[in-house]
Amino acid sequence: MSRMNLLQAINNALDTAMAADPRVLCFGEDVGVFGGVFRATSHLQEKYGRERCFNTPLVEQGIVGFANGLAAQGSVPVAEIQFADYIFPAFDQIVNESAKFRYRSGSLFDVGGLTIRAPYGGGIAGGHYHSQSPEAYFAHTPGLTVVVPRNPHQAKGLLLAAIRSPDPVIFFEPKRLYRAAVGEVPDEDYQLPLRQAEVIKAGEDITLLAWGAQVEVVEQAAEMAEEAGISCEIIDLRTIVPWDVETVASSVLKTGRLVVSHEAPLTGGFAAEIAATIQSRCFLYLESPIARVTGLDTPFPLTLEKEYMPGPLKVFEAIHRTMDF
Amino acid sequence: MKTTRSTAKPVHKPVFANGDDIQIPVFTLLKPDGTLYAGAGQPSLERDTARRLYRAMLYTRVLDERMMAAQRQGRLSFYMQCTGEEAAVVGATAALDDADMIMAQYREQGALAYRGFTTEAFMDQLFGNQGDPAHGRQMPIHYGSRELYYLTISSPLATQIPQATGYAYGQKLAGQGHCTLAIFGEGAASEGDFHAALNMASVHKVPVIFLCRNNGYAISTPVTEQFAGDGVAARAFGYRMQSIRVDGNDALAVYEATREARRLAVEENEPVLIEAMTYRLAAHSSSDDPSGYRSKKEEEAWRKKDPLRRLQRWLLDRGWWEEDEERELVESLRREVLDTMKRAEKRRPPALETLVTDVYAEVPPALREQFETLVAHVRRHPEAYPRSAPWLDADQADEALRDDPSAHDGEARL
Repeated sequence: MSRMNLLQAINNALDTAMAADPRVLCFGEDVGVFGGVFRATSHLQEKYGRERCFNTPLVEQGIVGFANGLAAQGSVPVAEIQFADYIFPAFDQIVNESAKFRYRSGSLFDVGGLTIRAPYGGGIAGGHYHSQSPEAYFAHTPGLTVVVPRNPHQAKGLLLAAIRSPDPVIFFEPKRLYRAAVGEVPDEDYQLPLRQAEVIKAGEDITLLAWGAQVEVVEQAAEMAEEAGISCEIIDLRTIVPWDVETVASSVLKTGRLVVSHEAPLTGGFAAEIAATIQSRCFLYLESPIARVTGLDTPFPLTLEKEYMPGPLKVFEAIHRTMDF
Repeated sequence: MKTTRSTAKPVHKPVFANGDDIQIPVFTLLKPDGTLYAGAGQPSLERDTARRLYRAMLYTRVLDERMMAAQRQGRLSFYMQCTGEEAAVVGATAALDDADMIMAQYREQGALAYRGFTTEAFMDQLFGNQGDPAHGRQMPIHYGSRELYYLTISSPLATQIPQATGYAYGQKLAGQGHCTLAIFGEGAASEGDFHAALNMASVHKVPVIFLCRNNGYAISTPVTEQFAGDGVAARAFGYRMQSIRVDGNDALAVYEATREARRLAVEENEPVLIEAMTYRLAAHSSSDDPSGYRSKKEEEAWRKKDPLRRLQRWLLDRGWWEEDEERELVESLRREVLDTMKRAEKRRPPALETLVTDVYAEVPPALREQFETLVAHVRRHPEAYPRSAPWLDADQADEALRDDPSAHDGEARL
């Protein structure tokens, strides 16, 4: 075990994957000598050479198209998009290509080796172009797997699983936690399961569901609620799609209440999908409407970022509203 | 129908072309000591424009030094300097009509300085306070000004380049003799948007000027890892576009090149690509540390080619500028920036309502409801929202006044 922050855990996972499999390549803007603008790829070029870890020209559609080609050829590309906000020039390559490679060829070709890493989320005074949470756009595309880790231990295990998954994975990293989240991380090679949510705290009265940096926020809200005598069960969804309905549904069958929280805007956010499925699965067991605590239906602001964000106070109020319904 | 412009005769052995036979020279007028190269014609730059140009370069340098220091003191969340590239940006702007459109990337505050953007306007944006027309929604340095024909900056790279082509096509149809200048870095020129922009400009004969600031690095990525070809200028040929490479630290050369580019664009509907060879003397941004990817020695070599000193010497030689004048100007600009910054820091944040306005022309009902929920939440927890709670009542009174026409009548009668 070593103490690592989330960035070091990502770096360690990439190092582990590259050491274990010569087909693994890491590339993107500034990832070479510099080790990426957040330093997630530090020392990888030094260790594995310029052929396996390198800078690309500044062109996201090129990076993902190139990665699709590599994956189709049998390599295992881990492409970095510098910020999730800058993934959109690659939207065509991801939505029309990565997601459909296998389907359109009847498995003659696939890009299962592909992993796209991108830092996402707010809380860093980044305004609308360095703060977005675009998971719902990709969740709406069958064929993609979307994964978001909440802490260093999760980040290493989930990233290794993503790199080795037989399907293309988009791996969104909560950049607010890059240096803020520190924890024990096993030194050895390990994987955590994709498509499985995790109950990180058992409780009786209400289920709180989140992913990535928002898990910490609902944990804070849960602490406030516990002081008021409300017992919260907390679930980290971990894989956004294909998502683990069973774990969430069985929790809600027990508690009868659900609050889902994400930073992305309300309308069309992934909480909407969860609410629809859970109300159909748990309708007769629900004690109150499923609540969503999310960003506003606006672009991400700067000066008034705190007002926009679904912070612990907003989650706490939603817990109360749900309990008092 | 012909499928190519080529008139070359067919050949009967495979002949490949890599373009290496085309060598693009650098157009330069001023030597580093501020004298003209032998063979350089007399520049067309007139006294008043030359002074205005140099003053804007100085202003930009002073602003950048002061604001980077403010960022280091923790007074500002983020900053980006134009340092080293002032001649490329301001020289090009000076060659335009002041009503030509500028669509810049994010390092072109010199263009705004030239056009008279006030220190107050710079500060209000940087501090995202109530005076910022974009209501503190964007990170610092994302300026915009409709009256100065400067499109509000967007962080995603290269998106403005095809927009410049479209805007300029509209200018051509409007027939008022205006053009658009798109400014971007050599890194951004790798984006697909750059190529789309050039191709469409050429096909549709659009009065647009593409100015690439080739400053050596895209954050940490050197040009040698950005492209294998001869810079950015050579790409124009693939689109059959006029192209010129210019010494980006030579304000006179940039001015002359852009003036001629503007003539081609406006009078002949010929889009032009200009590659200004320069160097980003400062870090990419306040979040960057260049020592991880380039040497002090390299930086020093470029510091000797400082674009300000070069133009200053030329101006002094002509008797168009005085050293005393410069000392006083720099002193007064520093004071102005500092005083204005202090005022901007103290101005209140934008009203809470600005979170939901401008998303659509009118706030949709569902968003209005989200806003009202937020207001109630902030009222319950004012201590948690120091940037909005203290002004809620005053803002709602203002809003009521705006929404009630009779209130305005009353005001007018008073």
